[in-house]
Amino acid sequence: MAKSSTKTSYWQAAPMALVFLLFFAVPLGVILIVSFWKYTQYSISPAFIFSNYTDIFSGCFTQLPSLCTTFSTYLQTLIFCAEVWALTLAIGFTIAYFLVFEVRTTTMQVVLALLCTIPFWTSNVIRMISWIPLLGRNGLINQGLQDVGLTSHPIEWLLYSHFSVLLAFVHLNTVFMIIPILNSMARIDKSLIEAAHDAGASAWQTLWNVLIPLCKPGIAIGSIFVITVVMGDYITIGIMGGQQIASVGKVIQVQTNFLQFPLAAANAVVLLATVLVLIWALSRLVDIRKEL
Amino acid sequence: MSYRLNGKSVDRRTFLKGTAAAGATLAGAQILGAPAVHAESGVTLRYLGTAVNQSAEIAKKCKEDTGITIEYIPVTTDEVAKRIITQPNSFDMVDSEYFSLPNLVPSGNLIGMDAKKIKYSDKLATVITKGEVDGKKIGMQGTAPAKVFYLEGEHSKSFAKEPTEWITLIPTTYNADTLGMRPDLIGHKVEHWKALLDPELKGKTALINVPSIGIMDAAMAIESAGLMKYKDKGNQTKEEIDFTIETLIKAKKAGQFRAFWTDFNESVNLMASGEVVLQSMWSPAVTAVRSKGIKCAYPGLAEGYRGWASGFGLPRTTRGKKIDAAYEFVNWFLSGWAGAYLNRQGYYSAVLDTAKEYMKPYEWDFWMEGKPAAQDIHAPDGTLIEKAGAVRDGGSYVDRMGHVACWNSVMDQNEYMVKKWNEFIAA
Repeated sequence: MAKSSTKTSYWQAAPMALVFLLFFAVPLGVILIVSFWKYTQYSISPAFIFSNYTDIFSGCFTQLPSLCTTFSTYLQTLIFCAEVWALTLAIGFTIAYFLVFEVRTTTMQVVLALLCTIPFWTSNVIRMISWIPLLGRNGLINQGLQDVGLTSHPIEWLLYSHFSVLLAFVHLNTVFMIIPILNSMARIDKSLIEAAHDAGASAWQTLWNVLIPLCKPGIAIGSIFVITVVMGDYITIGIMGGQQIASVGKVIQVQTNFLQFPLAAANAVVLLATVLVLIWALSRLVDIRKEL
Repeated sequence: MSYRLNGKSVDRRTFLKGTAAAGATLAGAQILGAPAVHAESGVTLRYLGTAVNQSAEIAKKCKEDTGITIEYIPVTTDEVAKRIITQPNSFDMVDSEYFSLPNLVPSGNLIGMDAKKIKYSDKLATVITKGEVDGKKIGMQGTAPAKVFYLEGEHSKSFAKEPTEWITLIPTTYNADTLGMRPDLIGHKVEHWKALLDPELKGKTALINVPSIGIMDAAMAIESAGLMKYKDKGNQTKEEIDFTIETLIKAKKAGQFRAFWTDFNESVNLMASGEVVLQSMWSPAVTAVRSKGIKCAYPGLAEGYRGWASGFGLPRTTRGKKIDAAYEFVNWFLSGWAGAYLNRQGYYSAVLDTAKEYMKPYEWDFWMEGKPAAQDIHAPDGTLIEKAGAVRDGGSYVDRMGHVACWNSVMDQNEYMVKKWNEFIAA
């Protein structure tokens, strides 16, 4: 009985596994293989060379402490990652807290949670572009500020800047934090909070010692979503940064456009490795499987 | 230059359709041995290219006149090159830019077009075939079409120095690009490329973020500012590339640029919104800004223009009937109607004489002779472009194409250039 049920579950998993194998594992393997190939302006040919990787990091170690292009690009992306993660976590956690503990009726909770997802009914490019008329030099905010008399010149850093990229990232990704945290938080037994209160814990202590530990899986899952999205993104950085800010994705895109596929593949492998290290570090902190 | 489409889904859909059809027709052609007979009507040609020439009107008229169905596969400039290299069987004919040829021809995926089968081959514009306008030599820096116009043989992988029977690409459209600007926001005339780097316009300029074109605009500006004299802007040495990028990085760090753009529509929005007052721009983008009722100028500058040209090529995988249909289509394309259509959009057509027959004299005077418009000027789709009395920016064909200083290019140090360009973007 037990034996046949494991067999059945294998069969049940097979279609998904097959899809994954065909459309994920195989292409990924090809990328890895191609990253060791040689290329010219018009061809790529099988080889086993490391020059694509050494090219990415050429001069990176000798010219320290000044950063090479690769390092400064990764640093830039990692900074965005950290900022977006911190902001989406703070906002996402607060919203989830409000929905779970402040909103009384379940119906209202569901309605409000659905409201959070409404922006997702349009494409993320449209959600992003809609910021432009607001933030631009002749945009609503600048015109408003000048009409009120708060500023005499348009504020330039509102658009095509680090700020605007960050704003768009937070806007696009906060919901990925809200939903998993909400899910973890909703399962918390309310009597635990009361018990903490009865035991004399301050609100802050309850948050730190009871709520956050119990929300860890949600936070971890949300973090994985946000980090992977930000690390690989180049469209948001491109549109909101006026293409003046580098991102790893953009470097890869330029290289594929110039038919430097092996170089692009090597870059993709490095990016993948970086993301995997981040995820691995995160999973050290929280055992997601166990907590689920 | 090329247009970039946002409609990725369209792209994929047409592509999937295309590949399916390719499989079927290719298999069919090979089994039958497909003798070349003149029965082109009913043939469908999958036409890969940027949206520049891919007008539905042209396809419709072509169907009426020749019976050939044109199925467009619209992609970006870079994507055209990528397709030719990686999937030459996914299309039957291609409209590619000449500057890509040094990357494409060595792959052997494009074959020469037989000049004998091209009815107007001796009437092709000399600016493309010889680099001459009105018998006068023009700037040949970069990948000038005349340098890559002929192949040594049908299946040759190298360019011929002297005219041969085999043509790489039959020209479709070409133009002279300059800087686009908002005269109302700048407040004075701009006459030199160096304005792009002028601190007066700090934070209000933009550059195209396609390395092979952006670096040309940058080099025009740098040379105009007297910072450097290039031997060949379109084929810079490592030292020259280093200097160009270093200058750009300095300007970027000083806040010279508002943004960079890659998409045709981005350039339109930057200009129309006033975020940018001076930038790399393509002629139809200028028209698009003007059609919103916003002043946008595209004047000739003292140092000359950056030229570009694109043309029809055949992939080595096209067979039998489709080859004949492709030649018939090209001959139809050169016979005037399509040329007039393109001229009315502000491009230049490959065979001027035939296009002239299909244009009204006042249209010809405005677009080609640089004379004031005798009547209102309309685009082929009916949009009002200029009111009567207006003069085309830059003037006549001879004034514009005759002052091309350099061409879009692929450099010998292309790989190094791309690497440095990425450094510039990351700086």
